[in-house]
Amino acid sequence: MSEREFVIPVGPQHPALKEPESFLFTVDGEVVVDVEARIGYNHRGIEKAMESRNYIQNLYITERVCGICSNAHQTAYTGSVEEAGGIEIPERAKYIRVFVQELERLHSHLLWVGVAAHEIGFDTMFYLVWRDRELVMDLLEEISGNRVNYAMPTVGGVRRDLNKDNFMRYHKILDTVAERTNYYIKVASTEKTILERAVGVGYLGKEDMIRLSGCGPNARSSGVPCDIRKLSPYLIYDEIPFEHIYVDNGDVLGQVLVRVLETLEAVKICKWVLDNIPEGEIAVKFNPMQRLPEGEAAYLVEAQRGELIHYTISDGKNMPYRHKIRAPTMANIPSLIERLKGGYIADIPITLAGIDPCFSCTDRMVFYDEGKDKTWSWTEGELSKYRKEWYSK
Amino acid sequence: MAMERELLKNAFSKPCTVIYPFEKLEPPEGLRGKHEYDPEKCIGCGLCARICPSFSITLKGGPGPKCTGLLVDLGKCLFCGQCEEICPRDAIWLTTEYELAVINKEDGILDFERTPPPPKTTPKKVE
Repeated sequence: MSEREFVIPVGPQHPALKEPESFLFTVDGEVVVDVEARIGYNHRGIEKAMESRNYIQNLYITERVCGICSNAHQTAYTGSVEEAGGIEIPERAKYIRVFVQELERLHSHLLWVGVAAHEIGFDTMFYLVWRDRELVMDLLEEISGNRVNYAMPTVGGVRRDLNKDNFMRYHKILDTVAERTNYYIKVASTEKTILERAVGVGYLGKEDMIRLSGCGPNARSSGVPCDIRKLSPYLIYDEIPFEHIYVDNGDVLGQVLVRVLETLEAVKICKWVLDNIPEGEIAVKFNPMQRLPEGEAAYLVEAQRGELIHYTISDGKNMPYRHKIRAPTMANIPSLIERLKGGYIADIPITLAGIDPCFSCTDRMVFYDEGKDKTWSWTEGELSKYRKEWYSK
Repeated sequence: MAMERELLKNAFSKPCTVIYPFEKLEPPEGLRGKHEYDPEKCIGCGLCARICPSFSITLKGGPGPKCTGLLVDLGKCLFCGQCEEICPRDAIWLTTEYELAVINKEDGILDFERTPPPPKTTPKKVE
């Protein structure tokens, strides 16, 4: 570090961050030279807690990994458990799962547009977007019985049915949301307040994004087509006609565009589901005390923030032997650091908010030797060797 | 300059929020709120206490015919409605009541009473 540079710590508790995380910015004047991210302030031991609860109880723990992607986590969890246990779910349940998932994407992307507007100091748009987001929230509350943690998917199907009498009203609400989103696209592409704060800020090219393996809207804003719904379709996404959204901007404006365009696509998917939903059962019976056969399965879901992976191992009991969650923010942190380098201090909040970070999904345990200042991980053999040595002392 | 019309429209329209304690929104039909209990239907099987993901339901007096009611800790409850789903006799269900704030932590524990049925007397065989 030269004499001109100095370090600004942002976080763990900081007004620019919604959740406790720490970033150390090395700055030269107003320009950010280097960034060091420290995660781990939100570790809750969810994966361990899941090993001592049965498959039905775990539904409500996975849902609470993240407040905003709650349905994405549940879809991935139920998907992995059903695949490990060889459970086939009814066709109507698949449609309802997709419908709730796309409504969640709608409200999450609108929330992000509001937060981004707030971060650049455009609070008028923040309030307007959040007012329109209420339409989706009320719709979700009516369908599932809760505004945030919907608890819709269950192992073997979904828990509540959609009422056909309300479909006309749902169509009207979705039309209003689409109309408002079109208006925000117009605002975002013409309003000077947004353009001056978004164009060229936090730029990352396509090559770098592939090298740093980002995912979700963060990667798609740099021109990497990586939507899991297109690349490895799950549920009924291979039947639904929708576009694979990605833009080449690479900056914050690109992230805004990807998300508002995806909002329009989500409206299209919701309307398609309402038109094409088949009649029938919504769930197959799954007893909470039921034992799952031995096996393992991974399930990929395109959550609002990117690629979400749930991996479950069953050893023949009624609770998982191991359940692993890979949340999208984890994969987006290397590219976020690259985006922050070379920018101005004033652009830090919007660049940070740009990947839609969710740190409570992300936090993991790693070994960290404070004296030697290094981190490492162990294989199972090394760990058992260490355990033997430790206990034989 | 794209937002002027929107701003003018909103300057003369009613606020979209409600003044909460004086004006209340009607909750939708399926909202998961405070628990309700029917002591007549309950058989004291204890399935609700076993399935509860956050261990918020306790059986008073033990399972089966000994059961004298339920304790539901609303501070622990996460309102998933799994107890309602698993109950074989529909004896516990969630209502749409959502105003659950209390001053004392103890007031947030719902105490449901139930009189256990008298033990069955098997009629003696008359020879």
